[in-house]
Amino acid sequence: MLRPRIIPCLLVHDQGLVKTVKFQEGKYVGDPLNAVKIFNEKEVDELIVLDIDATVKGAVPNERLIGQLAVECRMPLSYGGGITSVEQARRIIGLGVEKVALSAAALADPSLVSRIADEVGSQSVVVVLDVKKQPFGGYQVFTHNGTRATKQHPVEAARQAQARGAGEIVVNAIDRDGAMKGYDLELAAQVRAAVSVPLTVLGGAGSQDDLAELFAACGVVGAAAGSLFVFKGPFRAVLINYPTQAQRDQLVAAALSRRPTRG
Amino acid sequence: MITLVDYGLGNLLAFSNLYRRQNVEVTVAKSADELARATHVILPGVGSFDHAMERLDASGMRATLVALANKGTPLLGVCVGMQMLAYGSDEGSRPGLGLILGRVRAFKTTPAAQALPLPHMGWNDVAPLPGHPLFAGLDTDARFYFLHSYFFDCERTEHVAARAHYGLDFACAASAGSVFGVQFHPEKSHHWGERLLKNFAEL
Repeated sequence: MLRPRIIPCLLVHDQGLVKTVKFQEGKYVGDPLNAVKIFNEKEVDELIVLDIDATVKGAVPNERLIGQLAVECRMPLSYGGGITSVEQARRIIGLGVEKVALSAAALADPSLVSRIADEVGSQSVVVVLDVKKQPFGGYQVFTHNGTRATKQHPVEAARQAQARGAGEIVVNAIDRDGAMKGYDLELAAQVRAAVSVPLTVLGGAGSQDDLAELFAACGVVGAAAGSLFVFKGPFRAVLINYPTQAQRDQLVAAALSRRPTRG
Repeated sequence: MITLVDYGLGNLLAFSNLYRRQNVEVTVAKSADELARATHVILPGVGSFDHAMERLDASGMRATLVALANKGTPLLGVCVGMQMLAYGSDEGSRPGLGLILGRVRAFKTTPAAQALPLPHMGWNDVAPLPGHPLFAGLDTDARFYFLHSYFFDCERTEHVAARAHYGLDFACAASAGSVFGVQFHPEKSHHWGERLLKNFAEL
């Protein structure tokens, strides 16, 4: 059985790892390479690393750091942040990264997705959609760490990304970021229904129950989380953690058994 | 000594790092001369079938690779590297290496897989053929990381080394003599992959 993926998402800021709340006030949580080493030991399903400085500063991806991370990672790695060209994507894949994640550049120029997919293959191209719930209902995609509106609905943006050759969509709920009160299941279900490529949901997970709720609602999707895997306890002490294989198997089996049987 | 075929595709670093941790020597072959000396060969691969075949042809290593396989040198194709062992692929028009009888087909064209997300991405259970040397110690609870939209359709069941299920049962590992292919990524599959690659090195 293909299992839903449980994916720590690490945010890089000033060479260190941070965890944000609603994309603000990043709290330092440690050194990226050290975190990867701990996640190796825990045999995590996959890892997402996003450089949250690159796009807003107009900087190119830090290939030195990406190379170091890729060498260290014993699990599949997605890297995102500052990728604006086919050549950058090709080089990053060449460093040993499995998937490149695009966001602002892909939304500004959707042809970038197809050009990169042609070069590295669709299976290695991820489009990340940072989404805010709108005051009068509905959703909108934002870029540049949530500061720039795109006027695009995530369902439309996800369909467009898939049509251009994205092999995975990551939908990230800005309002839920760091809140640890559960995923936006409505948003996840809308995007899941709109595309036929794998979907990964990010933003809001605060407990293993939240992961289970996502799998029960959306089936085999990726459940990504930042805070859940770097904080422990009510005072958010930094402690990298991840469920064991047995815990994950149990969680997944229980969650998927709650799904209505499909005909 | 493991020789990684470097024709510009695939995550060579992941293989070499893993083997270094196991104290197995690894070298990289970029030319037919370098490849000719190999005792164990790994052919990695990502991206589209035709692109991979084109790059391999351009590297000048194709004939040497086939010659090594024909004289019984253990060869392991990984992901698209496994698919390259077939005659050809529905994904492209270029001829494959033809080292294991079969053709690469799309999940999309099979009714059972149509409702499922593609690519097939993530950790799936793998059921090896009992006693298969590549899967020694992996008889129960084997799982590996997959990332692909096409699968190897073995012509002969005796070439199926392991099966996985995604909409349909497919050969996620195949072998014919000393030629092996795995559709999943052992280099990114934690202790399961480490064991499989160790098994290969010890063949």
